[in-house]
Amino acid sequence: MEALDLSMIGAGIIILGAGWGLGKIGSSAMEGIARQPEAAGKIQTAMIIIAALLEGVAFAALFAA
Amino acid sequence: MFTFAAKFGGLKLYLKMQKENILKIFLACLLMVVSFSTPAISQEHDQHPEPEQHATHQESAEHDEVGAIDTEEEVKEYIDHHLQDSHDFTFFSDAETGAHYGFPLPIILWDGGLKVFSSSKFHHGDEVVEADGQYYRLYHSKIYKTNAEGDIAYGEDGFPSNERPLDFSITKNVLTMLLVSVLMFILFRSLATSYKSRTIPKGFGRVLEPLVIYVRDDIAKPNIGKNYRKYVGFLLTVFFFIWILNLLGMTPLGVNVTGNIAVTFALALCTFFIVQFSGNKDYWKHIFWMPGVPVPMKIMLAPIELLGIFIKPFSLMIRLFANMTAGHIIIMTLLGLIVVFQNWIAGPAFFGFTIFISIIELLVAFLQAYIFTLLSALYIGMAVEEHDDHHPADNEDIPVL
Repeated sequence: MEALDLSMIGAGIIILGAGWGLGKIGSSAMEGIARQPEAAGKIQTAMIIIAALLEGVAFAALFAA
Repeated sequence: MFTFAAKFGGLKLYLKMQKENILKIFLACLLMVVSFSTPAISQEHDQHPEPEQHATHQESAEHDEVGAIDTEEEVKEYIDHHLQDSHDFTFFSDAETGAHYGFPLPIILWDGGLKVFSSSKFHHGDEVVEADGQYYRLYHSKIYKTNAEGDIAYGEDGFPSNERPLDFSITKNVLTMLLVSVLMFILFRSLATSYKSRTIPKGFGRVLEPLVIYVRDDIAKPNIGKNYRKYVGFLLTVFFFIWILNLLGMTPLGVNVTGNIAVTFALALCTFFIVQFSGNKDYWKHIFWMPGVPVPMKIMLAPIELLGIFIKPFSLMIRLFANMTAGHIIIMTLLGLIVVFQNWIAGPAFFGFTIFISIIELLVAFLQAYIFTLLSALYIGMAVEEHDDHHPADNEDIPVL
């Protein structure tokens, strides 16, 4: 019997983690903007940078799988 | 039509237009579904009394007769073909007659001498071309050297093991990039010269001016710092180049340039070289011998930091490539599902899904251009940053927790 290929499941787990992380980033950014609306621009930029980095991890997982 | 409207008029106009035309679009969609599903329904009706095996056999036979893309394999093949670069510019093909509507592109090979001929000689991969005593054949949009019969030998990995000539052809992607370059040159030149006679730009320049100022003031200035002016040219070029190419991928032209890893590799390579060559003393110091860190830690961190130099542009490359490829695959898969299911419910449903994903893709097209530019600016900013060597750990006034 050939070995079970678990790489897609691993990628799935990583993407779950990335999704959770993106949710965290989004919710924290929303809270931050609500607390300090005048800093919305800066928070947004930082949020997008972190989201992009996280996305990189998710795509790396997809390509490795 | 909707992608063009959205491209030139922005999302708002599209949404406004959509509201007015939603009934029309719905009706058109319904009509399309009716015309697609009618043969399927009648065919299903015919098959009911027959046994299962016969039904599937007859179905495939009937589909072959019709010649449309009906089976999952064909849809898959079509998507794969779309994602690849191509040696001819085909707008659409008629599978029934085997006719391709489009135009051929020049093929330029270096194989012991320069060889130039038109891609129409390949007849879309059906024929072997002879040039200066050497035979070439198109196989999955790639050119291979073959013998006179056009035999392709397969290696153990399942890929052709034939030799390949050096290919400098003007392919579909190359042509699109050249056209975008010319378009950008004309647009931005007219914008630049319009400032000579007046303070506000004229025509399309009014659309471009706020975007240019946005890239300068919100991307370059806060992330690069004092000497930002030197890099605005590169950032603007990259931003508009990627954005226009992303939007072109949304049109029915069927080009997928930013979803090609070679293109994103070249773009990331530009960022890589600019960052390395504009890096000052502090930048290299912080990579190889960072201040304020114990010596054993410095030895451990240096290789990681060195790797980071390459990982940064690598992530730029993968991000843009993966995002655009994923977008194209999603849209084409949803459209393909209409052809796979062929019934009244799936037609409008996947049509609606496709519109929904298309709107998201319009956002992604901008976002990816923005992120590529922003991260490039950030990396350049890291390289040119002037450190005042003020580290909290060295400062006795601030308690170290």
